[in-house]
Amino acid sequence: MSRYLFWGASLPLIAACVLATGFPLPAAAQDEVLKTGVPGKTGGSLTVALRTEPKTLNPVLSVDAASREVIGAMQADLIHINRETQRTEPALATDWKISPDGKRYTLHLRRGVKFSDGAPFDADDVLFSFGLYLDEKLNSPQRDLLLFNDKPLAVAKLDRYSVQFDLPRPYGAGVRLFDGLAMMPRHLLETPYHEGKLAQMWGVNSPAGALAGLGPFRLKEYVPGQRLVLERNPNYWKTDAQGVRLPYLSQLVFSFVASEDAQVVGLQRGEADILERLRADDYSVLQRDAQRRVCLRDLGPGLESIFLFFNLNHLDSAKQPDLAPKQEWFRDLRFRQAVSLAMDRKGMARLVYGGLATPIWTSATPGNKLWVNAALPHPERSIEQARALLQSSGFRWDAQGQLLDAHSRPVAFTILVSSSNAQRSRLATLAVDDLKQLGMDVQVVPMEFRALVDRVLNTKNYEAVLMNIVNGDADPTPEMNLWLSSGEMHLWDLGEAQPATPWEAEIDRLMRAQLVATRFTARKQAYDRVQELALQNLPLIFLLSPNILVAARPTVGNFRPAILEPYALWNADQLFVRPAGSATCQ
Amino acid sequence: MSRGMHGRLRRALWLVPLAAVHLALLFPGFFAPYDFAEQNRDFPFVAPTRLHCVDAAGAFHLRPFVYALKTDDVSSVVQEDTSRIFPLRFFITGSRYSVLGHWHARLHLFGVERPGRLWLFGTDDFGRDVFSRMLFGGRISVCAGILGAAIALFAGASLGVLAGFYGRGTDAALMRLVELFLALPWLYLLLAVRAILPLRIRTIDAFLLLVAVTGLIGWARPARLVRGMVLSARERGFVLAARSMCASDWHILRRHILPQTYATLLTIAVLLVPQFILAEVTLSFLGLGVSEPIPSWGNLLAQLQSYRVLTSYWWMYLPAATLVMLFLLYHRASSALEKRATQVSV
Repeated sequence: MSRYLFWGASLPLIAACVLATGFPLPAAAQDEVLKTGVPGKTGGSLTVALRTEPKTLNPVLSVDAASREVIGAMQADLIHINRETQRTEPALATDWKISPDGKRYTLHLRRGVKFSDGAPFDADDVLFSFGLYLDEKLNSPQRDLLLFNDKPLAVAKLDRYSVQFDLPRPYGAGVRLFDGLAMMPRHLLETPYHEGKLAQMWGVNSPAGALAGLGPFRLKEYVPGQRLVLERNPNYWKTDAQGVRLPYLSQLVFSFVASEDAQVVGLQRGEADILERLRADDYSVLQRDAQRRVCLRDLGPGLESIFLFFNLNHLDSAKQPDLAPKQEWFRDLRFRQAVSLAMDRKGMARLVYGGLATPIWTSATPGNKLWVNAALPHPERSIEQARALLQSSGFRWDAQGQLLDAHSRPVAFTILVSSSNAQRSRLATLAVDDLKQLGMDVQVVPMEFRALVDRVLNTKNYEAVLMNIVNGDADPTPEMNLWLSSGEMHLWDLGEAQPATPWEAEIDRLMRAQLVATRFTARKQAYDRVQELALQNLPLIFLLSPNILVAARPTVGNFRPAILEPYALWNADQLFVRPAGSATCQ
Repeated sequence: MSRGMHGRLRRALWLVPLAAVHLALLFPGFFAPYDFAEQNRDFPFVAPTRLHCVDAAGAFHLRPFVYALKTDDVSSVVQEDTSRIFPLRFFITGSRYSVLGHWHARLHLFGVERPGRLWLFGTDDFGRDVFSRMLFGGRISVCAGILGAAIALFAGASLGVLAGFYGRGTDAALMRLVELFLALPWLYLLLAVRAILPLRIRTIDAFLLLVAVTGLIGWARPARLVRGMVLSARERGFVLAARSMCASDWHILRRHILPQTYATLLTIAVLLVPQFILAEVTLSFLGLGVSEPIPSWGNLLAQLQSYRVLTSYWWMYLPAATLVMLFLLYHRASSALEKRATQVSV
C-alpha cells in the first residue's frame, strides 16, 4: 500500500509527512528559522492524549501515527516544512543550493549542533541516516520517497558540514523531500547496524540512555499501557526570538487513552492538555461546555477526502458473474454522474458532522488552497437532472418506482463501509436514501476495516465502497499512486497494464509531467487539468472533507494548530504552560 | 378455590402488557405512525413531540393536537409553528407498509396530518421517528432473541441431559465438545463466514443468520449447567427408588429429573434473550447482522455509545428504558411460569 496516501480509518498507516510540494522553489535559502510564537515561560509539563501506544521510537521503522507523533517531538530533519506557513524552513541544514538542472542539491549543515546525549552532529550522521533509509533490508517506509524511477538518490560528503545529494531526475517538489527524515546518531547505531540488529533498536522499552536525537525532547520514561514521558533536550539547537533556548517545557507526556469518549472526558477534567484529533460530535459537546474549560480550534477542511467509488476493475466475468451486469451500469458515465448529482453533500456535512465538514467535488480539498482548482463547477444536488441523465442512458422506472436498466434488470447494489467508523456508516445511510430517490435499491454493508481493504485491493469482490484517504501533504505528488493507471492505489481499477480509457491516459501523462516540472505554474496547470478530468469522468465521487478539529486547555501557551500533521505538536518546542489564573482561550 | 382463581388472574395480568407489546411488534407497520427509514433531514435529534390540549390562543381542545415544526435557517433551532393545529387522529392513512411480508397496507393506528408530525420518542440523527424504529426493530430483535435462545436452550438442555444422565463416555465426549465450542475464536470464525457469504444479504436471511449464530454459540453454557444438575439429580433417593422399581430411562427423565431443571432453564432463558438481542450489535459490526437503515434494538442501543448522544439527547434513552421494562416483564413472566412449574411438579 502506498505510503503517500493513507486511509484514515482504524488502521493508522504512515503519516509519513513525506511532503513534497510545488511552492515556488528558491534556488538557495538563508537560515531564517521562523520565530513566530510569543515568548514563553521555561518549565512545566503538558500532557497529550494518544489513542494508541507508539509501536517503536525508531524513525527508520515507524509506520503508525502514534509512533510518528512521539518521534516527531524527539527528532529533527535537515529541512523542515513549517506547518503553519506550509513552506520549507532551515532546520539542521542552514542553507542549500539547487543546481540549474534541478538534480543536485547541496546542503550546508548547522554548526555546533549536539545530539541529546552530547555527541556532535555532522555530515557523517547525515550519510549514515540516508544509508539506513535507503537500505533495502530495513525496508524503511521512507525508502520509496528516495527512489526516483526505482533509482535511489546518491549522497556524498563534501566536508564536515556540507552534503551533496544527486537525484536521478529533477523533482518537482524539491527540498520538501527532506521533511520528516530524522537524522540519526551514527555513534550509537553504527555498530548495531553492522551487526544487523538495527531493526530491534529503539523499541519503546529501550532505556532512556540508549536513545539520542536532535529534536526538542528526549525519552525519560515509558510505562506500558499508561504513558510515555519525554523530557527537555538540554542540547536542542533552537532558541526563541529573545535567545532563550527551546523547548520551554521541561516535560511532554503522552498518555494512552483508548477511547475517544474517555479522551474528551479526560480533557474536561484536566487529565490531558491537548487532543489532536477531535471528532465533530465531541467538538459540539465541548462547545456546549459552560465552564469553558477547553479551547477549541476548527481549522477548516484538512487534507482528508471522503468519496464513493464503483468497482470498475476488469475482472474475469466467470469468477464474479453477478458483478458483470452491474459493471455495465458503473462504467456508464451518465450513471456515475446521476449518482453524484443525487448526493446531498450539504446534508451529509450537517447531519453527520454537525456542519464541521465541507462538501467537495475534487481530490484537492478547499483546505489545500494552493492546489485546488477553484475554476471547477460545483454542481448543485438535483434529483430531476439525475433522473433525466439516467433516462437518457436507457434506464427506466417500473410501477413501484424501482429503477430498471435497458435489459429490465432492477438496479440494486451494495456499498461497503468500514464498520469501525461510525461517521462513515452514517454517511452511507444518507447516500442510500439519496439513491433511493433515483429508484436504486442500495444496501449498506458494514465490514471490518481490514476485510474491506482486502476486498478493495486484493479480491476486488465489491460493488461500491465509501471510504477516505488522507493526503500526507498539500502537494499532488502523494497522489501519484492514486491517479496513475498503474498505481497501487488506483482504487477503482487496479493494475491496469494500459490506461483503460483516454482520460486515464491523459491523467497519467499530466501526473508524470507535474512530477518532474520544476516551475510551479506548470505543475499547477497539469494538476488543475487532472482535477477537471476527474470531475468530468467521476472515477471517484468526492463527497466531503471533514474539518480538522483540535482542542487544548487554556493553559497551553503558543497553541497554534495547523492542518498538516502533527496538527498541534508541530511547534512542540514552543509550547509552554501559562499560569492557570490568567488563562483564557486566545 | 376463589383465592386460587384470584391469584391466577393476578399472575395472568402480567401477561397482558407482554401480549400487547408482542402484538405491536408483530404488526409494527400498523402501530408505528411512520416508516422506519423515513428521514427528515431538517429535523435531526428533535425531542419528543408535545401533545397539547390548550392552543396558543388559550382555547381548550378535547382532542389532543400537535403543532408542526419549523427550523430557523441560521441557528437551525427547531420551533413549534403555532399558526395551525394538527389534531391526533386514530386509524389514519399514512406511509405504505407490509403486513407479515405478504400484504400491503396504509392504515396506521394513530398519527397526525402532514406537515404535522407525531414523534413520540423524538427523532434520531437523520430525523427518523425513534418510536417507529423501535417497533420495527423489535420485530427482528425479539424474534431472533427468542428463537436463538430457544435453539440454544433446547440443544444445550438435550445434550446436557444426555451427558449428565448417561455419564462415562457420552459425558466425556459431549463435555469435550462443549469445551471446544467455548474455546473457539468466534470472532475470526465469523469474519470468515462473512467472507464466504454474498455481500447482499436479504433481511430474512440476516435474521436466520442471527438465529443460527446465536443458537450455535449459545448452547454450550446451558449444556454444562444442565449436565451438572442432572448429575446430582440422578443420585437422589427418589430417582434411585424409581430405578429399583425398574422404571425406564425415559420415565425417570420425564418424571423425576427434567422437572428439576425447569427453573434453571427458565432463568437462563430470561438472561439469554436480552444477551442475544445485544449480540446483534456485535454481529452487525462484523457485517453479519441487519444493516442500516433497517432498525434493530441492537443498533438503537448502540447509538447510546456516543458521548454526544449520551450527554445531549435524553429521549435517545427511551428505547433503552422501554427495553428494561420489557425485560422486567419477561422476568416476571418467567417467575410466574416457574412457580407454576414447581406447583405442578409438587
